Amino acid sequence: MPSEKPRSRKLPGGWLFLLGVVALYLALIPFHAEFIQNSFQRFLHMGRDLLPVLGLVFFFLWLFNLLGNLQEKAARLTDRDSGLRGWLLAMTMGVLSHGPIYPWYPLLRRLMHKGTRPALIATFLYARSIKLPWLPVMAHYFGLSYMMILTLLMLLFSPLHGWLVERICRVANQRY
Amino acid sequence: MTNTETVEKLASKVEPLSYASFKQTIRAFQRLLPVLIGVLLLAALVAQLIPKLMQMGLFGHGAWSDTLAAAGVASIATGQPVVSYILAGELQNAGVELLAVTAFITAWITVGVVSLPVEAQMLGWRFALWRNLVAFVFSLLIAWLTVALFHAF
Repeated sequence: MPSEKPRSRKLPGGWLFLLGVVALYLALIPFHAEFIQNSFQRFLHMGRDLLPVLGLVFFFLWLFNLLGNLQEKAARLTDRDSGLRGWLLAMTMGVLSHGPIYPWYPLLRRLMHKGTRPALIATFLYARSIKLPWLPVMAHYFGLSYMMILTLLMLLFSPLHGWLVERICRVANQRY
Repeated sequence: MTNTETVEKLASKVEPLSYASFKQTIRAFQRLLPVLIGVLLLAALVAQLIPKLMQMGLFGHGAWSDTLAAAGVASIATGQPVVSYILAGELQNAGVELLAVTAFITAWITVGVVSLPVEAQMLGWRFALWRNLVAFVFSLLIAWLTVALFHAF
C-alpha cells in the first residue's frame, strides 16, 4: 500500500493575499480611520453590485470545466500544414482555455518542438486574454457594447499578433 | 437498443462528468473567493487614492500620456483579468479617460512582464520578448480602436 502524502498545512496564496490586504487595512486604521472607513463602505458597495454577476460567472466556469477535456485534444491539431484550420483552432483554444498560464507552457513548448508554428502559439496566448466566463463583469462595469467591441477586436487581432511575432522572430533569427 | 436505453446510457456517462465539473467549479470559486475579496478591498483603497495620484502627476497629462502610463503599470501588474476590470472601472469612476482605462485592461491581460522569465525559459527569450513587446503596442492600438468604435456606435 503506497504511503499517504503528508497534507501541506501551508495557507493557499489567495488567503495569504486576503490576509495581507486585511492587515494593511488594520495597520492604516490608527492613522487614517476615516479613509479606511470610506474604503470599506466602498468595498461593500462594490461587492453588492458584483454579487449577481458572480452567479453568471459560476455558470460559465462550470460550462467551461465540462468542455475542459476537449482543449488538449484540439492542441494537437495545429501542425505546420494546418492552414486556416490551425489559425481558427489556435484562436478557439485560446478563448476556451482557462486557469493560470503556467501549466500551459510545458504543453506549448512540446508543441513548438513538434513543429507547431510559433505564430499559432502566439495567437493562442493572445486569444487566451479573452476570458469568456468573466465577460459579464466587464459588461457590468463598462456596458455590453464596450465589452463586445473590445472582445471582438482582441479576437480579430490575435492572428495578426501571432503572424507579426513569427515574422519578427524569423527576421531576427536571420540577422543574428 | 431502444432510444430510451441510449438516452439513459448517455445520461449515466454525462451525469458524473457534470457533477465532477460542478465540484471542480466550486473548488475554483473557493480558491478565487479570497483573491476576489482581497482585490475588491484593495480596489476600494486604490479608488480613493486615484484622485491623489492624479494630483501627484501619474495621470492627468492628456489622453496619450495617461494611456502610456496606464499600459505601463498594467504590464507590470499581474493577476486575473477580472482584477483589471474592477481596477479599470474604479479608474474610470475617478475620472481617468476611457482610452487610458482600455489600455490598462488590454495591457493587463495581454502583457506579462512578471511571467516573462518563465515564458522565455519555456518558449525562448526572443519569442517571449517580441511577443510581449508586440502585445504592448497592440494594447495601445486596440484601446484606440475600441474607444473610436465605442463612440461611433
